[in-house]
Amino acid sequence: MYEGIVQDLIDELGRLPGVGPKSAQRIAFHLLAAEPSDVLRLAEILREVKAKVRFCRICGNVAESEECRVCLDTRRDLTVICVVEEPKDVVAVERTREFRGRYHVLGGAISPIEGIGPDDLRVKELMTRLADGTVTELILATDPNLEGEATATYLARLVKPMGLTVSRLASGLPVGGDLEYADEITLGRAFEGRRSLEV
Amino acid sequence: MSLYRDDGVVLRTQKLGEADRIVTVLTRNYGRVRAVGKGVRRTSSKFGARLEPFSHVDVQFYTGRSLDIVTQVESLDAYGGSIAGDYGRYTAGTAMLETAERLTDVEKEPAVQQYLLLVGGLRALAAGDHAAGAVLDAYLLRSLAVAGYAASFGDCTRCGAPGPHRWFSVESGGSVCRDDRPPGSATINEESLRVLSALLTGDWEIVDGADPRFLRESTGVVAAYAQWHLERGLRSLRLVDRA
Ligand SMILES: [Zn+2]
Repeated sequence: MYEGIVQDLIDELGRLPGVGPKSAQRIAFHLLAAEPSDVLRLAEILREVKAKVRFCRICGNVAESEECRVCLDTRRDLTVICVVEEPKDVVAVERTREFRGRYHVLGGAISPIEGIGPDDLRVKELMTRLADGTVTELILATDPNLEGEATATYLARLVKPMGLTVSRLASGLPVGGDLEYADEITLGRAFEGRRSLEV
Repeated sequence: MSLYRDDGVVLRTQKLGEADRIVTVLTRNYGRVRAVGKGVRRTSSKFGARLEPFSHVDVQFYTGRSLDIVTQVESLDAYGGSIAGDYGRYTAGTAMLETAERLTDVEKEPAVQQYLLLVGGLRALAAGDHAAGAVLDAYLLRSLAVAGYAASFGDCTRCGAPGPHRWFSVESGGSVCRDDRPPGSATINEESLRVLSALLTGDWEIVDGADPRFLRESTGVVAAYAQWHLERGLRSLRLVDRA
């Protein structure tokens, strides 16, 4: 244990995701040794980001105004929504340049063991967006793990009566790899999700 | 014991650092083990898909200083796919995993009966032969019985007077007669008692053919019984989807 505010700093850093007690201590001493101007710049950006950044009132993505960059873009296709768990997933899908619709950020996945159910996510907001009939297609891009799959299953069942086109991102083999190195679960999914080749 | 190997069921996973996960596994011989799966969140990981909740695996651990480390995993049954593809099964199954974790609260204390019950329960859930909620209820009653909290649905738990009795008391451990019923005992239908006994003994013919009214009443009793005996209650139980 260190004295007073040094320990407070270590404790605060240790609350960040992925930072254990050892890393927290290392970062704290790095900050103590760094140039004051560098540390103040970090402090200032932290303050600014909390003051300026909020969540888009339409999709829940991070935004610097009422609505996010994607929702403000009039060229986006209003008939398609891609549902993701976190704002960082919006960034990942945007990088592909494959998708021209809008997003809906749930804020996580359904995880009963953590006490997180549908009411703890932005599911009601999604249903409100679908209510007026503009959206005709829903792409479920939750994580390809158990909770992400279960969340997609739940949403697919929920919107079924609305008659939308609902799809799930394909699970499959990493591009550039060898088939023999794929585990049986991933390979099994790739088989299930195979597509026909038009020759 | 620097390296050890066992069959197990993954109960829970938690993110650790950039790409690792802490996995909680209920093993056949070593009880509940918490271990680190290194790099399993990378898409290139060979382990990642096998170390998801509900996975029944053959796993090798290395004894670490604080947490053990997963060094090899082979899949025995991947129940996750069939369970995550049905929301009722997913929520019922998660309540089973949480119960198994809570009933094995001491790490590495052998709990072979709990392990076998869980594997049997997940297999039934994944196969979809019975309603997911009924598989959960049967599992709850049986795992609590193995843990020393066997419920009685026949004779009075206080005086032994032969049942069936109209009253049920969670604190008393089951059925109670008119004279012994504590204040606040619930009344229960005789048919529901029959369903509850069948859930406990695995008489699926009775359970599958039961009137939904009595199944619902049985579920209420099982939930109250489980919440009473598992201190702090189960987080996942209120989220079980029985639609
Ligand atoms: Zn937006």
